[in-house]
Amino acid sequence: MSATIELIGVRKRFGDTLALDLPEFVVQERTVLALIGPSGCGKSTLLRLVVGLLRPDQGRIQIGGTPMGPATRSQLLPRIGYVIQDGGLFPHLTALENTALVARHRGWTRERVDARVGELLELTRLDPGLLGRYPSELSGGQKQRVALMRALMLDPGVLLMDEPLAALDPMIRSRLQRDLRDVFGRLRTTVLFVTHDLAEAAVVADEVALLNAGRLVQRGKPAELAAAPSEPFVTEFIAAQAPPEALGWSR
Amino acid sequence: MVAMKRAPVLIAALLACLPAAQARGAESGIVVGSKAFPESWILGEALARTMLREGIPRVLHRHNLGGTEIVAQALRSGAVDVYPEYTGTIQEVLLHRSGQAGADSMRAGLARLGLAMSDPIGFNDGYAIAMPESVAARLGIRTVSDLARHPDLRLGLTHEFLGRSDGYPGLARHYGLSMRHVLGIQHELAYTALASGRIDATDIYTTDAQIARLGLRVLEDDRRFFPRYDAVWLYRLDLPAREPRALEAIRSLTGRISEEAMIRANARVVLDGISYGAAAESLLTEVRPSSTGPAGPEREGVASSIARNTVRHVELVLLALFLAIAIGLPLGIAAAGSRRLGGAILLATGILQTIPSLALLAVLIPLLGIGFRPALAALFLYSLLPIVRNTVVGLSTLPASLRDAAESLPLSPWARLTRIRLPMAAPAILAGIQTSAVLCVGSATLAALVGAGGLGEPILSGIQLRQTHLILEGAVPAAALALLAQKGFDLLERVAVPRGLRRPEEPTHGDDHA
Repeated sequence: MSATIELIGVRKRFGDTLALDLPEFVVQERTVLALIGPSGCGKSTLLRLVVGLLRPDQGRIQIGGTPMGPATRSQLLPRIGYVIQDGGLFPHLTALENTALVARHRGWTRERVDARVGELLELTRLDPGLLGRYPSELSGGQKQRVALMRALMLDPGVLLMDEPLAALDPMIRSRLQRDLRDVFGRLRTTVLFVTHDLAEAAVVADEVALLNAGRLVQRGKPAELAAAPSEPFVTEFIAAQAPPEALGWSR
Repeated sequence: MVAMKRAPVLIAALLACLPAAQARGAESGIVVGSKAFPESWILGEALARTMLREGIPRVLHRHNLGGTEIVAQALRSGAVDVYPEYTGTIQEVLLHRSGQAGADSMRAGLARLGLAMSDPIGFNDGYAIAMPESVAARLGIRTVSDLARHPDLRLGLTHEFLGRSDGYPGLARHYGLSMRHVLGIQHELAYTALASGRIDATDIYTTDAQIARLGLRVLEDDRRFFPRYDAVWLYRLDLPAREPRALEAIRSLTGRISEEAMIRANARVVLDGISYGAAAESLLTEVRPSSTGPAGPEREGVASSIARNTVRHVELVLLALFLAIAIGLPLGIAAAGSRRLGGAILLATGILQTIPSLALLAVLIPLLGIGFRPALAALFLYSLLPIVRNTVVGLSTLPASLRDAAESLPLSPWARLTRIRLPMAAPAILAGIQTSAVLCVGSATLAALVGAGGLGEPILSGIQLRQTHLILEGAVPAAALALLAQKGFDLLERVAVPRGLRRPEEPTHGDDHA
C-alpha cells in the first residue's frame, strides 16, 4: 500500500516570494524522510502541496503514480494521512468520533471500525479509557496520538506530519519521538515528517532533507549532513541547534 | 450535528401544540371593523351590539385595525363586512378624488370597488382649527380668515394634516395663510402643547373629546374650505344579501348620533377612562332608547384577554422564527460559500432590517391582506438577518488548522458541512436565533397594527387612551416573553451545543501525561 511521492519541476510563489522551487524531489516508498529547515523555508508548503491544500504554480505532484489535482484529489485523499501541529482534532467530537469519522462516513461496519481502532490504540499506545474524551479534555501528547490514529484509520500509503511535536514539552516530546520511530518501523508507510529540530529528525527519520528559502540544500543521513556539509548554510544550521550535551542530558 | 438536528424538531413540536387560532377570522359570522381611535371603536361596538339585538347570531367586532388603508383593504378582501368611515376620507383615500362630491357620485364610485355607503350617521367629524379660548378672545380671532391676520402665531399640526391636499397646504392657499411657525406634532401631544402654551393653534377633529374639556375655540371655516367628514357606514355590497338584518341594524344607526352625543361618548372613553363597550352602550341608550337589552358581546376578563393575546403573540413569534430558521440557515450556508453571493445576501437581509415596520406592513397589505399573514411575513423578514449573519460568521470563522484538517480528510463536501462545519458553528448560529427570537417578541407587538392581535393590542389601545394599565397589560407579558426566550435559549444551548465546544480550549502544556 506504501506509495512513492514525486514532485517534478514544482514551483510555488506567494506574491513576490518564491516559497518553493524543487526541480525534482522524490520520496521512495517506505522511506521516512524528515524535512528540516528554518521557519519559512518551504517545508510546510511542500506538505500542503502534497495533500492538495495548495496547487503548484508550475510542475506536477504524483502520489503512487497518480497526479494530484482537482479531479483526482478525492480519489487520492484516502491514501494520505495528514497530521498538523496542534493535531487538528475537531472539538465537538470525542477522540473516538474523531478517529472513526471518515471510516463511518465511508460506511464501515461497527465491527470493522472497532477492530481498526483497537489496532491503532495498540500501535499508538493510547490509553483506551481516553476514547470518550473531547479534545479539550486531553493533554497535548494525547491529542497527537489521537490525531495519528485518525490519520492512519484508512491505512494510507503516505503519512504527512507537520511539526506534530513542536508544541509539546521536552519529556513528552522525547517519549513520542521514540514511539513514532517504532510506529513508522511497523507501518512501512512512506512518511514525510516536518520538523525544525535536527535531533528529532535523527531519531524518527531514515533520511533528512534540509530546505532553505524554498530550495533543497542537502539531503542524506543526518550524520552525513554534519560530516560533509554541501554549503556553509548547512554548518550554520547545525551549529544553531543546541547540542543535547549542552542541556546536560543525553539521549 | 446534535444542535442541527434538535433545534428544528423542538420548534416543530412546539408549533404542533398550538391551537389553530389563525382560523378565527374565517368563521362565517358578521365582522364589524373599526379604526385605531376611540370614536371608531365606540361606533363599531355600537353597531355590533345592535346587530346582536337584531338577532344575528354571530357578530365579531375586530376593533383597532389600524389606519384607513388597512381597514379598507380588509373590507374589500372580505375580512371585515362593515366599519364606520367618513365621507371626506372616502373621497380622498378610497376614491382618490379631491373636492366635494354628491352622495350618488360617491356611491357609484364605491360600487365599482364592491362597496356601499349608508346615509350619514348624523355628525360631522371634520378638520377644524382650534385655539385656546383665552388667546382667541384676546386677539379677537373667530374665523380662519381672522387667523390669516396673525402670521406670528405658532401652529402645531398633525403630520397627516400637513400632508393632505385637503389639509394645511390647501387651507393655506385657500385663505392666503402665511404662518411663520408651522411644525408637525402628534395629535394627542398637540393638546398638551396647547395647554402649556407651547403652540397657539392646532388642527382638531370636530368631535374631539378635548374641545370642551380644554376650553378651545373652534375657528369658523368662513370661506368653506374643509370638506365634510360625515360619518357613514361603509359596507360590502354583498352584505344585505348575506344577512338582511345587518342592513337593518346599520339603518337604525343612521341620522341619530349628533356631534354633541359623539363628543360626550368620546370624552367618556378618552377622559373618564370608561371602556369603549360601556360608552357604546350609553350612546345606544341615548339614540335608541327603545332597544335597550342585555349587554352585547360579553366583556372579556383581564386574565383571559392577556392569555389570548399572549397565545397569539407566541404563535406569531414561533411561526416567524421557524420560517426564518428554515430559510435563513440555507441562505447563510450559501452566503458563507461564496464571497459575492454572500455579500448580496447579507446586503439584502440588511436592507430588509432597515425598512421601518409601518412601511413594510403597508407594502405587505396589498399582497397578503390584513391579519395574521402580513404580520407573520414582516416578523419573518425582520428575523432573517441575525440568523443569516450568525450562520455566515459561524461558518467562516473556523480556525485555519481545523479548516485544513477538514479539507484533508476524505469526506464529501456535504459531510464536511454537516459533520464538521455546522456543528462547530452551532454556538454562533444558536446565538443568532436567540437574537432573532428576542427581537421578534418585541416586534410582534406591531402585529396589532394590522389586526393580527397579540400583546400589541392592549399597548396600542393604551397609547390611544393614555391608560397605563392597558399598556402594561401588553408590555409586561411581552417583556416576560422576551426574558423567557433569552433564558430558554441559554438552556437550549446547554443541551444542543456539543459538549466539546462548551468550554474554552484549555492550555495543553501544564498537565501533560502522554
